[in-house]
Amino acid sequence: MTDVAGAATSAPATDVLLDVNNVEVIYDEVILVLRGLSLQARRGSLVALLGANGAGKSTTLKSIMGLLPSEDGEISEGHISFDGQEITEFDPAQIVKSGISLVMEGRRVFEHLTVHENLVAAAYTRWREGTAGDDMRLVYEYFPRLEERSNQVAGYLSGGEQQMLAMGRALMQQPKLLMLDEPSLGLAPLLVREIFDIIVRLHRDLGTTILLVEQNAHLALEIADHGYIMENGRIVLEGPARELAENPDVQEFYLGMSESGERKSYRDVKHYKRRKRWL
Amino acid sequence: MSTFIQLTVNGLANGAILALAALGFVLIFKATGVVNFAQGEFLLIGAYIVWAGVVTLGLHWVVAVLLGVAVAVVMGIVIERSVLRPMVGESAIAVIMVTIGLSAVLRSLVQGIWGTTLRRMPEIVPETSVSLLGAPFPVNRLWAIGIALVALGGFALFFRKSHYGVAMRAVADDQQAAMVMGISVRRIFAMSWALAAVSAVFGGTLVAIMIGVSIEVATFGLLVFAVVIVGGLDSIPGALLGGLIIGLTRQYVGGYIDPGLGEVIPYIVLVLVLLVKPYGLFGEVRIERV
Ligand SMILES: Nc1ncnc2c1ncn2[C@@H]1O[C@H](COP(=O)(O)OP(=O)(O)O)[C@@H](O)[C@H]1O
Ligand SMILES: [Mg+2]
Repeated sequence: MTDVAGAATSAPATDVLLDVNNVEVIYDEVILVLRGLSLQARRGSLVALLGANGAGKSTTLKSIMGLLPSEDGEISEGHISFDGQEITEFDPAQIVKSGISLVMEGRRVFEHLTVHENLVAAAYTRWREGTAGDDMRLVYEYFPRLEERSNQVAGYLSGGEQQMLAMGRALMQQPKLLMLDEPSLGLAPLLVREIFDIIVRLHRDLGTTILLVEQNAHLALEIADHGYIMENGRIVLEGPARELAENPDVQEFYLGMSESGERKSYRDVKHYKRRKRWL
Repeated sequence: MSTFIQLTVNGLANGAILALAALGFVLIFKATGVVNFAQGEFLLIGAYIVWAGVVTLGLHWVVAVLLGVAVAVVMGIVIERSVLRPMVGESAIAVIMVTIGLSAVLRSLVQGIWGTTLRRMPEIVPETSVSLLGAPFPVNRLWAIGIALVALGGFALFFRKSHYGVAMRAVADDQQAAMVMGISVRRIFAMSWALAAVSAVFGGTLVAIMIGVSIEVATFGLLVFAVVIVGGLDSIPGALLGGLIIGLTRQYVGGYIDPGLGEVIPYIVLVLVLLVKPYGLFGEVRIERV
């Protein structure tokens, strides 16, 4: 484990799939949210990004995904590269095409579209390839419950099913890097287990690199290879997941906290569901 | 009885055309959140282009309609790019003012090119009358109903079955989530304007078949606002139902009670509906079944 302030982590360049380097993010031209954040995901790894509410985890994922302009935010410093390519200035469509998919916080399924249509919409960048049929079969293999409900309107699915649909949409894009923003949020413990099992299977079977943002640090560190802990827009601690889980500070501040029910509710999340009228 | 049949057929024809005209409005509002006050002028331009294609250029009417569609696509995209896109982030009122300005510009453009005289739409559909249950009425009303329904059905199929239709509905549902799917929201916006203009080519031509080619086509188009407010600004089934309600009540009240009242009744219906259902009959409060 390294104290980030001091040592720079260095892996062989080709081994690093995602490299977020010293990124600073500002919203509305004044609110500084990320203050020089750096993290890396090696090819084929499962990386957990942990931290309290408001630390800037979702902002990190949005900045990778090119979503900041849609929220009046911008990357004012630093670089993001993916698979050897600089993607800092890419728009979301380019990012998706280069192999990154995001499952957003709060699931964000298209409520008026059927399950099937949600999956069709997710294949937007890949229509011409004509692989949507195969991709959909794969999604239904992992999420049989979605197949049963393929003609149902997504707004009427349960929370767990909506999370599965959100993950199924990402799967339609056949990503090299799958980013998940608090997939356990607002779900019953049994369902959380089920979702996490599926994440592990996706990681193992398909070899997809995963960046998992969670408040449930316990579970996340259990399945992750590597972990980052974030506070106030910076990484304050990082290391192999097992070591992090045994670190006394982490146990006190994060593992303890996640047990005390201080997690935010699904209701709070809805607040983030901004609908911008324009691009 | 014969009056009733006549009024009903007229009402249905008006209603179906209004629904088609309203579809374009709903499309733009649903996808982009813009209230387009120039939808009536889109009808006007559609009607004039088809008229000019047939009369001035001597084209077959099918070709003239295709020409109208092509012009509409270009016009929709140009308007979205040059007028609406710079309004990014402006207040809703500012955007509304801009579309009102756009309607004035389009209207004077049409008057500048074609003047103000009333012209007859060339005979695209038969102008004969047939007798139905003892009542004579013009066949073109039946054609109008048929064409409007086919066009509406075509748009409905597009939204359900085509990839772009699904992408448009996804953008209408959750713009940011659509971006995360890799959907180009800009392209979808441009497409919404183009499709709205295309639907207006059909709507405007049908209106002109019934009332002639003049600025009155745009005035008829004003009823679109009553239709969409009754049906719900963001509901396509609402546009159909709203169109039929407004079309029929206008005819019945105008025919049985008083022609003047017939002109006002759409707005009375509008107020009554809003009292009961502020979002319109099908308007979205949270979730709408389609
Ligand atoms: N669109 C936005 N505009 C302004 N401030 C924002 C925006 N999104 C998030 N923030 C702020 O940035 C901080 C980090 O938010 P977020 O990235 O959502 O944290 P986390 O996901 O770790 O809970 C919070 O203080 C939040 O209020
Ligand atoms: Mg968050």
